[in-house]
Amino acid sequence: MIRFDRVSVTYDGAASPVLRDVNLDIDEGELCLVIGHTGSGKSTLLGAVNGLVPHFTGGTLAGRVTVDGRDTARFRPRELADVAGGVGQDPQAGFVTDTVEEELAYTMEQLAVDPAAMRTRLEETLDLFGLAGLRQRPLSALSGGQQQRVAIGAALTAHPRVLVLDEPTSALDPASAEDVLAAITRLVHDLGVTVMLAEHRLERVLPYADRAVYLPGDGTVTAGDPATVLARAQPGPPVAELGRLAGWEPLPLSVRDARRRAPALRARLPDPPPVVHHVSRNRPGASPAVDARGIVVRYGSLVAVRGASLALYPGEVTALMGRNGSGKSSLLWAIQGTGQRAAGTVQAGGTQAGGARPEGAQPEGAQPGGPATGGARADPAALAPAAARRLVGLVPQTPADLLYLDTVDAELSQADKDARPEAGTGAGTAADGRPGDAADTRADGAPGDSRPSREILDEIAPGVPPDAHPRDLSAGQQLALVLAIQLTAAPAAILLDEPTRGLDYQAKAGLTAALDRLAGRGHAIAVATHDVEFAARSCDRVVVMAEGEIITDGPAAAVLTASPTFAPQVAKILAPLPYLTVPQIAAALGQVAAR
Amino acid sequence: MSPPAGWPGPLRAVSPPAVRLASAGAVSPPPVPPNSLRALGSGRLPRALHPVAWWLWAIALATAASRTSNPLLLLMIFAVLGFVVTMRRTEAPWARGYRFYLLMALTVIVIRVAFRVVFETGVNPGDHVLFALPRLPTPGWYSGVQIGGRVSLEAVLSAVLDGARLACLLCCIGAANTLANPKRALRVLPGALYELGTAVTVALSVAPQLVESVQRVRRARRLRGGGRRGPRALRAIAVPVLHDALERSLRLAAAMDARGYGRTGPATRASRRLTALLMLGGLAGLCLGAYGLLGAGAPAGVGLGGFAAGAALCLGALVLGGRRVSRSRYRPDPWRWQEWAVVGSGAVSAIVLSLGAGYDPAALNPSLYPLSWPALPVLPALAILVAALAAVAAPPPPAGPGRPGPEEAPVPAPQPAVAALPGATR
Repeated sequence: MIRFDRVSVTYDGAASPVLRDVNLDIDEGELCLVIGHTGSGKSTLLGAVNGLVPHFTGGTLAGRVTVDGRDTARFRPRELADVAGGVGQDPQAGFVTDTVEEELAYTMEQLAVDPAAMRTRLEETLDLFGLAGLRQRPLSALSGGQQQRVAIGAALTAHPRVLVLDEPTSALDPASAEDVLAAITRLVHDLGVTVMLAEHRLERVLPYADRAVYLPGDGTVTAGDPATVLARAQPGPPVAELGRLAGWEPLPLSVRDARRRAPALRARLPDPPPVVHHVSRNRPGASPAVDARGIVVRYGSLVAVRGASLALYPGEVTALMGRNGSGKSSLLWAIQGTGQRAAGTVQAGGTQAGGARPEGAQPEGAQPGGPATGGARADPAALAPAAARRLVGLVPQTPADLLYLDTVDAELSQADKDARPEAGTGAGTAADGRPGDAADTRADGAPGDSRPSREILDEIAPGVPPDAHPRDLSAGQQLALVLAIQLTAAPAAILLDEPTRGLDYQAKAGLTAALDRLAGRGHAIAVATHDVEFAARSCDRVVVMAEGEIITDGPAAAVLTASPTFAPQVAKILAPLPYLTVPQIAAALGQVAAR
Repeated sequence: MSPPAGWPGPLRAVSPPAVRLASAGAVSPPPVPPNSLRALGSGRLPRALHPVAWWLWAIALATAASRTSNPLLLLMIFAVLGFVVTMRRTEAPWARGYRFYLLMALTVIVIRVAFRVVFETGVNPGDHVLFALPRLPTPGWYSGVQIGGRVSLEAVLSAVLDGARLACLLCCIGAANTLANPKRALRVLPGALYELGTAVTVALSVAPQLVESVQRVRRARRLRGGGRRGPRALRAIAVPVLHDALERSLRLAAAMDARGYGRTGPATRASRRLTALLMLGGLAGLCLGAYGLLGAGAPAGVGLGGFAAGAALCLGALVLGGRRVSRSRYRPDPWRWQEWAVVGSGAVSAIVLSLGAGYDPAALNPSLYPLSWPALPVLPALAILVAALAAVAAPPPPAGPGRPGPEEAPVPAPQPAVAALPGATR
């Protein structure tokens, strides 16, 4: 069905080809998973199937790609529309019309499908994707998962033989992602469509995959049976990593597979599990870096946050979880002071003057780059922006919103200037900063607190090229850059809104390590996330929100094992042992071996 | 032919609006085509009327309004517009805008009167002077316009009537916009103009996204300690927003390409040139025709002839241009007897007021000298009332997307692989 014959793709101005001599044969009706990290050429491989590479992206394609016998070099994407449909990461970016029904019909209209056939196909598609109740809805009123289902449905109404899906769930919360992946597997099984799917949430689709294609990043491609390929693919889902660690052969692809092999492993593991990441330095009686009480956020008649109280302690990483629209973002923005807040109080900053710092944090707290101490506490919303960010820093959901200069270096030096208004031009802060702010005087007193942003960036994500355009960085690097910029202000607390969106396993591991170090320096950290595995690896404490209220607040191990929705894979496999992550098991096995 | 057994629907469906109209003292029920009652019944099911029908109806009323300055007739047109809009508008966002058109109409009248009051236009000997404003001396070279001075009742009234006529035209356009889904109206565009329709649709959906993007970036700007105003802020806001917009449009273009947009049939250079020529000629003809038809001074032959020739040329261009586009249309709006009825009801008023036969044409534009209560010409009044039949002839609008149907249940999400964790709560 799809054949790559010695295909190499080189983008204009690139030193080396993205794909090199790729030979690939995908049969009809296969579900083919494409695995690899960001930048390894997954999108290029997928784009080559529906002709967007090279017709739309530019670059040179050597060799030959044929889809259902059509050579993509000679057929433009629009002429391949009836054999190959494609869906991207952000469904909204591909919507042409504005209601569900019209969007589903759009492709068929372009292909001049007979109106009567169009009508029946559309009804079938509505049923297949469970969209019948939404047919008249405007697309903008749908949830992310519904939008993505509409996008897939719209590609499918043209009855293509091949469907190419480029990370269709990377921007979705777990429940929506499940919906979409369920729809995809249904489509492979019921309709016999050949599907090529690049996906980070491998665990859900892996059991159904007929073939896996692994791109290690050097332009080569390895294809084969999923279990075999996955054994070689470095970053994998926890279930595969656990299987590799335990030496299971063949590698388990689903939680169910792994659980059936787990009893032997469970017997070897000690209870309680060893602690692998840093220990929360929170002591009873420590004063919080941020103390938010009774926060209410409302947009018109919609109450986003309903009297939530949250205290963040130095050296502690808190995960804020809950479904889309449960008020996580609104709460973070309200705490930072930039978002609106209808009621409630926020006190932020270093510990109160004369107050005892938590003992464990003392050595780290003395390091340069730790949060400034000794200042008066204040409400960030009452301060000028430049002062507020020295109390609480926030990394928004789309970090690129903060980047506006041409190179990474320019962004970093601008950040350094902003962080030390008295040293740099200070135009931005002088213009709107109110003199005499508590935080301003504090910064004057302790300029050594803020480190150069380059140093911070290298610590978080080494090897970000200084002369690259910030927009050209990968999602993980962009996030690291923005985090470094926010950290130059040395805030007592740093809040991250959905930082794991679009990150691959590798980038997530990098973020985990960075947060670990920051917590070690005494920053209080809160992370809004949907990613259970990430929360299990990175966070000490988990706060769950629903309908604007905080419904659970407790240690990560307790909260994450309490319900199946929030349980990470390892917990599902090893229950009743309270293990959450693969590194924990690795450490435990190491202990056992050492004994 | 009697309705078949077990089909009580049609009569019930027809009766309520008809009864309401009859009790309002208006004319006969809507024209029934030579179809069976059953067809009539299915026609009464809620559906959106063809947008072009609403536009033609509104244009016809606008034509009628442009022909008269009789305040009674203008008031009747206003009433008809209001009645039809209230009866047949949907719950959609664009359908809530009629109020703004009314406000705009009022503003037009107020401005018109204010100008007439401030700039004196001269007072005839027999005029009723209402009051006098202090006169501003103007330089000699500027003597054409006088500021201030005496204001007569006649001048104010004529300004009000002029304004009302303009306001009426405005409300006609507003009514069409309120009643017809603008996007569906675009879909009606012939194949040759399809791209234009797509561009407008895309722009309409991208505009709110752009606004959202600006708001998001402005908010994020504070996180870096920057202000929201000033040249520095402008750059910090404009750059990410433009990057965003550019990326989005590239992705949209890729998606549209991959979905088959722009598949073209055969078109030679000659045929393309011919299309352009026909189109330009046609548009010129239409302009001439419109001027001739609506402007009272031009001979009628020029208007009709120009209009017909222009329309024919345009039609030719569209057919020729549409030939290279191979595309089908999903659920095109049908054109049934209701559409004819709506267009017809509007056309009656336009024709009666334009022909000026069967009644005294002077009654359309009553003179203000001497000042008297205007007479109501019977035939034009009836013709305008006929236009109100559109409210009954048009099928009731479908329930909007805002009101989800009962079948709307959340999609059953697949259950997690492990239903419950054994020993999780220990």
